[in-house]
Amino acid sequence: MSHWSLVIGPSSLVRGPVWVLSCLVLLLAVLPAAAVERFRPPDFTEHKLPETTTPEPPAPFWDYVDLGYLAVALGLATHLALVRRSRRGLLALSVISLAWLGFRRDGCICPIGAIQNVAEAVANPNYVMPFSVVAFFALPILVALFFGRTFCAAVCPLGAVQELVAVRPLRTPRWLDHCLGLLPYVYLGAAVVFATTGTGEDRAPYVICKYDPFVGFFRLSASATMLALGLGFLVLGLFVGRPYCRYLCPYGAILKLCSRVSKRHVRIPPEECIKCKLCEDACPYGAILEPTVEQSPRERLRGRRRLAILLAVFPLVVAVGAVLGHFTGVALSRVHPQAALAELVAKDDPGDVQADIDKIEAFRNTRRPPEELYAKARALHEQFAYAGAWLGGWIGLVVGVKLVHLSVRRRRDEYQPDRGNCVSCGRCFWYCPEEQVRAGLITVAQPPSAVQASSRAEPTSDASNTAEGGCATK
Amino acid sequence: MADPHGKIDRRQFVQEGIRLSGAIGLAGYLGFLAGSKGHAEKLVWQLDPAKCIACGNCATYCVLDESAVKCVQNFAMCGYCERCTGYFELDAPNLDSGAENQLCPTGAIARALIEDPYHEYTIDEKLCIGCGKCVKGCSTFGNGSLQLQVRHDRCKNCNQCAIAVACPSRAFLRVPASDPYLLKQRNLTG
Repeated sequence: MSHWSLVIGPSSLVRGPVWVLSCLVLLLAVLPAAAVERFRPPDFTEHKLPETTTPEPPAPFWDYVDLGYLAVALGLATHLALVRRSRRGLLALSVISLAWLGFRRDGCICPIGAIQNVAEAVANPNYVMPFSVVAFFALPILVALFFGRTFCAAVCPLGAVQELVAVRPLRTPRWLDHCLGLLPYVYLGAAVVFATTGTGEDRAPYVICKYDPFVGFFRLSASATMLALGLGFLVLGLFVGRPYCRYLCPYGAILKLCSRVSKRHVRIPPEECIKCKLCEDACPYGAILEPTVEQSPRERLRGRRRLAILLAVFPLVVAVGAVLGHFTGVALSRVHPQAALAELVAKDDPGDVQADIDKIEAFRNTRRPPEELYAKARALHEQFAYAGAWLGGWIGLVVGVKLVHLSVRRRRDEYQPDRGNCVSCGRCFWYCPEEQVRAGLITVAQPPSAVQASSRAEPTSDASNTAEGGCATK
Repeated sequence: MADPHGKIDRRQFVQEGIRLSGAIGLAGYLGFLAGSKGHAEKLVWQLDPAKCIACGNCATYCVLDESAVKCVQNFAMCGYCERCTGYFELDAPNLDSGAENQLCPTGAIARALIEDPYHEYTIDEKLCIGCGKCVKGCSTFGNGSLQLQVRHDRCKNCNQCAIAVACPSRAFLRVPASDPYLLKQRNLTG
């Protein structure tokens, strides 16, 4: 007699109507999956039981190798950008970073995603994380505070892959660049809100990791949607320089702020700027600020008045943002899996979407009372209304600061990198004629003053023209 | 730029102030994190088979094309049943032992006769997709020796496991990398 018929009953029942069996299945399917020994395992005399294999995870040692790589690469990138001023060196380091941190180590963990860990650590009392994650988050910020975004230049694999595909960059119109440039701050705020709200027993959704467009390429395995998104970003990156870094990356937003107050930062000309505009043309990221022209007293007065109005309106923008944000609580909470599930279960009409049918069935099989889930969802709605107000206020603050920043004028006598947007890629000084003279690639045929005069008179946009005008190629 | 007397202008003063307070704030925050949240040991994802309801999310929510979660057989727990509820479909049209009655959608379970009536069920991990159909059958009607586990040779140890977020029974947790499996063991008292 088989074991099978021992449980279910006489074999006639097994052969009997299907519904009897189905009822049994339904009855038993709701039982918890506890380890019950229904059949005594046989004691074999001759047969040896096979071992259950348990492959080990990669040794923790590799995490420290990554951390070491991050530290060394940050130092090297800073040296190459600020001291050696070597575009080629930075490019070579980018390729190495892409190969190691990206393709070899699968792009995890990265400082971008670590934002969520350090945010959740504040909100979730039970949260622990390895020290390496803390260090990964902190090192690039520390470097940016003193030397600018050299992490973006040649260490970040996401930056590296976009740096390599930026072959035909078009200039984004200024107004669009400024508007899209606000998105990283919004994304940063949203990621922090999602990582800190509704934690505890449930897993906080990590949106940055979920929607990382390139990690699927690094692993050569991802859902079709994510691969399509990544491919879309790469194709866009052919024409718009570093679209993810400039218009989405939340870690880039943090580094931008740090880089603005950095102690040292890449300079375009080695000594004196001849205002040839070549650097501005060479920069694919729209991060070069041109020299300012003198304003008329009337313009200055208008500017001051505009600034005064903006400063007065500033608190209002933040307040409006916070109030509007408060009403987005329910919408925001849908990102949280528990709130989304509660809505599905309450509606009890999954429609034709198989994933929704599965979700409801899976929830029923857990035998948790639906009321518990609804209570959880209501709590989440409240939490997200509160978090939404913070997020709205943050967006208001970002918009306000941007408007004020745009209406503050600073005098510039030469072409300068915009310390926030500049990723220290090195193109600008690579194209700078003064730099080429310094590097000994071209020699000055006339005294430098004459070169300056001719360049000022007729700004050229081609390196060869400049070389003909004042210098002879070596 | 600093003037020859070493004085700094207002803008530089503000910048240095922000930089200094940023560095101090960062250091303080990191100190807090390292002190109260830091964990010296590496943590990896694993699922607790005692909580698992074999809903099938492991097969679909993993960021990898082919899930890192696979079914494993704990041979010491297995009853070596002749008619394994993890191997055969329950409502199969003809209850013979034919391959057409197999529950596994990819045919990843191999059945071998050891001595009458005991059969050994082995999982071919290359074929397993981690759907948990066999796990459901085995844990509801059998000993529960078939169980889902995160396989650490495949798992990328994502920052936040996508399956953990989707798991309805909250079976996912982080475990120390030195002891990365949570297999159910034979219950000798029950």
